[in-house]
Amino acid sequence: MTEELRTDEHFRSVTVDDEPTAGVVGGEDEAAELCARAPVGLLAELTHRCPLQCPYCSNPVELEGVKNELSTEEWCSVMRQAGEMGILQVHLSGGEPTARKDLEDIVKAASEAGLYSNLITAAVTLKRDRLENLQKLGLDHVQISFQDVDPEGAEKIGAYPGATQKKLEVARWVTEMGLPLTINAPIHRHNIHNVPRYIDMSVELGAQRLEIAHAQYYGWAFLNRAALIPTYEETLASIDCVEAARERLKGVLTIDMVVPDYYAKRPKPCMGGWGKGFMNITPAGKVLPCHAAESIPELAFDNVRDRKLLDIWMNSDAFNAFRGTDWMKEPCRSCAFKDIDYGGCRCQAMAMTKDPRNTDPACALSPYHNEMVKLAKDEAAKPATAFVYRNPRNAAAALKSKEEPLVPAE
Amino acid sequence: MTGETRSPGRLIVDRETKPHMPPYLKLRHDAGRGRWVLLAPERILTPDQTAVAVLQLCDGKRTVEEIAAKLAEEYSAPADVITADVLDLLQGLADKGYIKG
Repeated sequence: MTEELRTDEHFRSVTVDDEPTAGVVGGEDEAAELCARAPVGLLAELTHRCPLQCPYCSNPVELEGVKNELSTEEWCSVMRQAGEMGILQVHLSGGEPTARKDLEDIVKAASEAGLYSNLITAAVTLKRDRLENLQKLGLDHVQISFQDVDPEGAEKIGAYPGATQKKLEVARWVTEMGLPLTINAPIHRHNIHNVPRYIDMSVELGAQRLEIAHAQYYGWAFLNRAALIPTYEETLASIDCVEAARERLKGVLTIDMVVPDYYAKRPKPCMGGWGKGFMNITPAGKVLPCHAAESIPELAFDNVRDRKLLDIWMNSDAFNAFRGTDWMKEPCRSCAFKDIDYGGCRCQAMAMTKDPRNTDPACALSPYHNEMVKLAKDEAAKPATAFVYRNPRNAAAALKSKEEPLVPAE
Repeated sequence: MTGETRSPGRLIVDRETKPHMPPYLKLRHDAGRGRWVLLAPERILTPDQTAVAVLQLCDGKRTVEEIAAKLAEEYSAPADVITADVLDLLQGLADKGYIKG
């Protein structure tokens, strides 16, 4: 998602919607009013199966097995319900979404529901005729991840031999077929020096959009933080490079950037606010306010197998838990920015302080902030640790070990 | 306009440009919310009435001049004022990659 929320004279860019939809009836009170704003984006994690094993994977550490995945009809029903309730864009992701043999049916259902569909793929197993068929069925946009621009680096990160060559081939098919292409560049200490080359590669491939996505330290990336986190100086240099390229490549390449918030002073308005513009569905049908929400143990999540999507969005406990600002503690509660950043990220507050109601420690006002910055700088200054690759065996091992929470400042 | 740079591949919209929307940009009516939306990769824009009227005329055949003339007639407004507005609007969109010429 983009941080861009600028207002043009004739266009407003929407990441979170303020318009109630006809599919949703709001009430008088503030809570009902918040619920009345249907989400604009849906991330559908079709499967957790994946040929790659990237150590910063955004999937939860506890991976879902294939036997629990939603059926074809269940996913198609999700797409129809999403269209009816006013969702505008669907991101078909995973794991690797093309591992689903029924991806064609799901894309067709999304298209018929009027959704703008985005396939988020590693592309290493994608065949040209399949891509052509998906386009015919209404696929609107393809996003391909490149683990590095150097093939050796990419192979070490994804643990998949020959990945880069295959990805380049698929990227060229995408542009030849006239589909818009986004290059996703997951950034960390092993490839941060290659940000300029990612930009050049995206232009050469004819991509419309490049995501410079600094790893966000949840789930697998949290486990691998000491193996991944770049230094403060490297991070700043990468931001400068992107800002210069944005100006130079105006009208040629759109560059979106997600920065690592360990070095920030203000927290990110995570998801544009909890339960405000976005929902995520896991391979087994659980509906989450964000893809990391399962890391908050006190939350229970409803399933599309049991309840309608709209009902879950409006009424489920998990979506209402951190909607608005009533749940906040100090320093958020009396903060002038509380309606701007919503106290940052609940999952990061959970991961670092063991209380999801605390201010995100990325905020300089958090009593945990200095310790978090120090942790990041210390880890970045040491040699990188070995990767814990994202696979079911490491998931089992990781779930047994316990991480110590930070201690707040006096 | 001063300080205009022509970076490689950047479309500078002028009166002769025949603008069209690339296939990945979808102008759709959002019935639930009673408005128009422009859907693009990871972007949702809500164009106002003027922008919708302009975009609906961007078919790759009409020039900016012809688009402006048509709108000037429809809205009974001076053509040169409309032309300047249309140029501004389309340049802004071209710089986001949403209009090709």
